[in-house]
Amino acid sequence: MNLRPDPTFHATPKLAMEAPVEKLAFTLMLSPDGTKPDGLAVVDVDPTSKTYSQIVHSLFVPNLGDEFHHFGWNACSSALSPLTGHAFLERRYLIIPGIRSSRIYIIDVKEPLKAKIHKIIEPEELFAKTGYSRPHTIHCGPEGIYVSTLGGGGEDGTDGPPGIFIMDCETFDILGRYEMDRGIQDKHYDFWWNLPRDYMVSSEWGLPPQFENGVVAEDLLSNKYGHTIHFWDLRARKVVKSLDLGENHQMALEIRPAHDPVKEYGFCGVVVDTTNLQGAIFTWWKDENGEWQAKKTITIDPVPADADDLPDLLKGFGAVPPLVTDIDLSMDDKYLYVACWGLGEMHQYDVSDPMNPVLAGKVEIGGIVNKTKHPNGKAFGYGPQMVEISRDGKRVYWTNSLYSTWDDQFYPGERGAAMVMANVGENGGITLDENFWTEFPEGYRSHQIRLEGGDCSTDSFCYPSV
Amino acid sequence: MDLTTAAGLWLAVIVSGLYHGLNPGMGWPLAVSSALFERRRSALWPALGALSVGHFVAMLGILLPFSMMTLLIDNQREIRIGAGLVVIAMGLYLAITRRHPRFLARIPPHKLGLWSFLVALAHGAALMLVPIYLGLCALEELDTGHRAASALMTTTALALAVAILHTVAMMGSGGAMAYAVHRWLGLQFLSKGWFDLELLWAVSLIAVGGIGLWTAI
Repeated sequence: MNLRPDPTFHATPKLAMEAPVEKLAFTLMLSPDGTKPDGLAVVDVDPTSKTYSQIVHSLFVPNLGDEFHHFGWNACSSALSPLTGHAFLERRYLIIPGIRSSRIYIIDVKEPLKAKIHKIIEPEELFAKTGYSRPHTIHCGPEGIYVSTLGGGGEDGTDGPPGIFIMDCETFDILGRYEMDRGIQDKHYDFWWNLPRDYMVSSEWGLPPQFENGVVAEDLLSNKYGHTIHFWDLRARKVVKSLDLGENHQMALEIRPAHDPVKEYGFCGVVVDTTNLQGAIFTWWKDENGEWQAKKTITIDPVPADADDLPDLLKGFGAVPPLVTDIDLSMDDKYLYVACWGLGEMHQYDVSDPMNPVLAGKVEIGGIVNKTKHPNGKAFGYGPQMVEISRDGKRVYWTNSLYSTWDDQFYPGERGAAMVMANVGENGGITLDENFWTEFPEGYRSHQIRLEGGDCSTDSFCYPSV
Repeated sequence: MDLTTAAGLWLAVIVSGLYHGLNPGMGWPLAVSSALFERRRSALWPALGALSVGHFVAMLGILLPFSMMTLLIDNQREIRIGAGLVVIAMGLYLAITRRHPRFLARIPPHKLGLWSFLVALAHGAALMLVPIYLGLCALEELDTGHRAASALMTTTALALAVAILHTVAMMGSGGAMAYAVHRWLGLQFLSKGWFDLELLWAVSLIAVGGIGLWTAI
């Protein structure tokens, strides 16, 4: 506990943008076949440093087969909410769930180069206290740390719906389930909220049998993955509206609300439209009558390809789908970054008018067919995937792995971990930084990135930027 | 009546009000937030009003039962000792646990009055006034002979006066703080000027309880 609020807590997104820039990044490393322990890499992102873009410290956990995926902080700018009285927490611990093992690690990164395990929550405890499994997204909320899960109870995670549980933000004890009335919600993926406006939005991927051993083509073609987003009364813990984006919009994943809490809109990325293989972004908003609405505002077309250049899964389609697997919104709510993991492209859209996004920049790297190399001449395996934006909006970092078994289906063969960075132009546009290239240990893949002091997909703000 | 003691106790009512008002935990940042959301400074005042009403009702909710008790029970001294001990216990509890009641986080953000009422109760803000109030009652020298309707009027009026004066002082300091942050200081002040008052708060409770106990004995 501090006597003053943690200097990385900011009342508004604007103040967060003006704060000192990040010098370190934390990136998750996973062993795709579970033969090595997963780990956390601390990457030097200070351009003046001799070890710029390199891993300066690694922490490996004492178990095998966790499959690290997403992670988050024990505390963020939401701690400045006067409603909750947690202003004196420290942003000190990373909460890292194993999406395959359901084990949760609390890592103390007060001294990042001496990062150490603070606590391990074993899967049995999670199962017993919540009936959920496969923990995923982390956000710091009103009553503690909220964690979404992808699985329910039982061996294959289909005994009961998955949902969100709450952890104490100081002791890391699991307090129990969040939901009081989930309505029709029966699958889960991401969630985020607007704290002062008191709503939450959640999304759907699929149930564990639909993803753990790879994408199930029959389920995808019969539209059995998630395609509904749910709007919740955050503190009453109930769904107020479930909005079906249309069953062809398979896998509604990342939820990115505007950071400025005065704005009541946000975005959701859809991996693939099964009618035409397009990737899509929906804008959701609260209309003048207080009703939740959503509309498709970006579509990205598939690119025709020779069957010989395609993996077995896609040969029949004769095209590469964009596969929108991650999106991220800059702190000023101006640019939305869209990872097209199949095409091998990172798009930057100007979303100043959220209903009419305009493509402002694009980087080609990796890709199923194109396999575009990095400007430094090195091969970038897979495609652009987990994307994270610096608080000031000037740098965009991304890695390349989606999920171990899915990587193998879309990109057969081991292609190596990568983490790259692109600089954002004054008036938009993105260019890869030739000097930023992170070498990862052999046999690992890279997933989500977190930036020192918070980033554009961790912090929730309680005051408007005026 | 001991005028110096009376003046001291009334001053304590005002000072505790100023102190509660300045503490961000009692809600002035919510008034700032409200004005920012509505994009007009005048929105500070209804928010502060709602916070004050909640605080005021919490004060009365705690003071009135004590006001009844002073009339119905002979043992004035025992009541004051008991109240002092309760306040000290609350202070010790807050100092040792340093935990936040989770139910406060379940209150919808727009229900400022309800939030303020529950916060004042949960953090012992209302309790802090009890020893001061009982000290004022004692000065009225309510012996058994005075237990009549007029005495009830006196103690109730005294409770009302204490709650009103305290709340006005609280609204004054909290309102000044909210106005200054909204007008001049900006929200940086929130992260730079917010100190952890929890321990000080707990110590204040223990001190007030201790003084109550001391004067009763």
